[in-house]
Amino acid sequence: MPSRAVRNVDRSLIREKAKLIRRETVRLTDICGSGHYGSSFSMAEIVALLYYQLLHVKADEPRWADRDRFTMGKGHAAIGLFPVLADLGFFPADWLDTYSRMGSFLGDHPEMKKVPGIDFSSGSIGHNLSVSVGMALGARLKGSPARAVCLMGDGEMNEGQIWEAAQAGAHYGLDNLVGIVDINGAGSDGDPQQTLRSEPLKEKWEAFGWNTIVLRDGHDIDLTFDALNRALNAPDGRPACVLAYTVAGKGVSFMEGTWQWHLGFLGPKDIERAYAEIDAGEIG
Amino acid sequence: MAPRLPRAEGHRTRLCRDRRRRDRVRSETMSQSEKYRANPPAPGMAYMSAELKKTIDLAESTVTDDFDERSWDMVVSLGLSRQLTTGRTLIELAEAGHDDIVVCTADLGRPTQVIGFGQKYPDRYFNFGIAERNMIGAAAGLATMGLTPVISNYSFFLALMGVENIRNDICYTNLPVKMVGTHSGIAMGFYGTSHHCCEDIGALRAIPNLTLMAPCDGTALSSALRTNVKHPAPIYFRAGRGREAVVYDKEFDFRIGGSNTLREGRHATVLAIGNLVKAGLDAHDILKSEGIEITVVDMYSIRPLDVAAVRDAAKRGPIVSAEEANITGGFGAAIAEVIAEEGLGTRLTKVGMPDAYSVLGPPTHLYRHYGLDGEGVAAAVRRALKG
Repeated sequence: MPSRAVRNVDRSLIREKAKLIRRETVRLTDICGSGHYGSSFSMAEIVALLYYQLLHVKADEPRWADRDRFTMGKGHAAIGLFPVLADLGFFPADWLDTYSRMGSFLGDHPEMKKVPGIDFSSGSIGHNLSVSVGMALGARLKGSPARAVCLMGDGEMNEGQIWEAAQAGAHYGLDNLVGIVDINGAGSDGDPQQTLRSEPLKEKWEAFGWNTIVLRDGHDIDLTFDALNRALNAPDGRPACVLAYTVAGKGVSFMEGTWQWHLGFLGPKDIERAYAEIDAGEIG
Repeated sequence: MAPRLPRAEGHRTRLCRDRRRRDRVRSETMSQSEKYRANPPAPGMAYMSAELKKTIDLAESTVTDDFDERSWDMVVSLGLSRQLTTGRTLIELAEAGHDDIVVCTADLGRPTQVIGFGQKYPDRYFNFGIAERNMIGAAAGLATMGLTPVISNYSFFLALMGVENIRNDICYTNLPVKMVGTHSGIAMGFYGTSHHCCEDIGALRAIPNLTLMAPCDGTALSSALRTNVKHPAPIYFRAGRGREAVVYDKEFDFRIGGSNTLREGRHATVLAIGNLVKAGLDAHDILKSEGIEITVVDMYSIRPLDVAAVRDAAKRGPIVSAEEANITGGFGAAIAEVIAEEGLGTRLTKVGMPDAYSVLGPPTHLYRHYGLDGEGVAAAVRRALKG
């Protein structure tokens, strides 16, 4: 599997785009009345690096056969992906204003048949690594340089199907397949490690035959770039898994490191505090 | 070919001991199961005739001429499942230029007989092991890459274990994945109720975007695949265990929403699917001698249903629906919906599995026990005509 070119992008751009993800997550949640702040904020740097520097996609040709595929096991964080797709031009920015409204294409979980740039629908946790296995097998069969990247949550590691897919990815030697686990420590009932322990994840993924890369700070742009770049562009005959340790709610002080903002809503006073902190923040 | 290693003594001994044990268990339980016995095999009857054995590729079989003639291994057994035509048909389609076909299975490539496709096209054959949910998701992923995945698996482990993946990964996304669920209904017989699949029609009939069809024999199954392999949306084909009686002698256009009228008679109509099509034909012959003439229709398209065929049947008289599935929510229920919604005002008698967990036993005995044979369907027609 050939690796693909990496765009030369200034770190400040990634920082700006991560801010865009956080700001828009707050704005769209305000339209809706409820949203997954914590999960969107924890993946902001990862998604910004993927879409603005590493992945090969074409906004004017969303179904381009050789595009890299991005799927979300943690589909509930799609609210952070939609602003990126709009920013890149996959669909008009004013679609965002319709978020969650009656009949909108944009809801809490992504729909591939409705939203250009969404490579697979999700919502049922644990499915999309399997889908990505199929995508990677298909890319290899077709001789396409496309890579399949699946972003998962740490709570998702509890799903048995993840380990079915992990076996398949290793068995078929899919080095065009990358799994990223956003380990933000937040689930509906608290820290997934308290709810049902999945750690030690490094040993598990390694034992399953994946090239396992531990990213100790998924908000440090240099470290995150390095981990993702190694996973995507240093194929070694195995699928790669990036264990990204992140902070739930990163960027807004009263949300950081708490599971309570996995899902929530900000009133008028707090929303201004959140915007101010996001704008002032210098993450990464 | 390398000479066969001589069998260890212990193997034969174990075989004999197992048989003695089996015979003992049989004699102990025979009295209770006496009522289910239809045609007990004659002592010393061969498992398969020498003629049939000649037609089977025994290259991988361990059974040699030294074995008892009633002995069999998986290879010999599979040779009997002549109606599992998925693999053969897909090879023909691939040879005809369908290089987009990929086959997925979950450690059931041999029993569902797609292994031949894998041997011929190893790059396009994915055995995902006993991990059905992953297989279904991966098939969806393969479909997004412009390939045409065909899943071949036992129906229970596909349709019922995987129903949520079928719903979310294949149907919600409306991807052109073809699924062949074999050994549906009570075909798994004595393997146990856990392996019976009588609820799949009810479950799958409620999933939008999914076409649900039931080929009743090997020719129907190959027709189903040939006609629909390029259909741009998901289809579930509900197939049997491969030992179905032959209904069709040539392939036909296996049309979505279609049906085949196989017999015409004026008194009543049997609308049947799967194994019950042959049962309907047998019922036709049984009833004929009693002066009762029935129409028999193979309603192979369960969803969408051939509504016109139901209307025609209603004009004729009572309708008997016949299926190897739970009558609650199943094919008969779909017929009932049409009759009620269109105000057809005819009587419907449902033949099928009762709304209860099935007992286990040899499939042949089970069919008789549940009235899923010619006599059972004939009795239902008589009841229907009595009003």
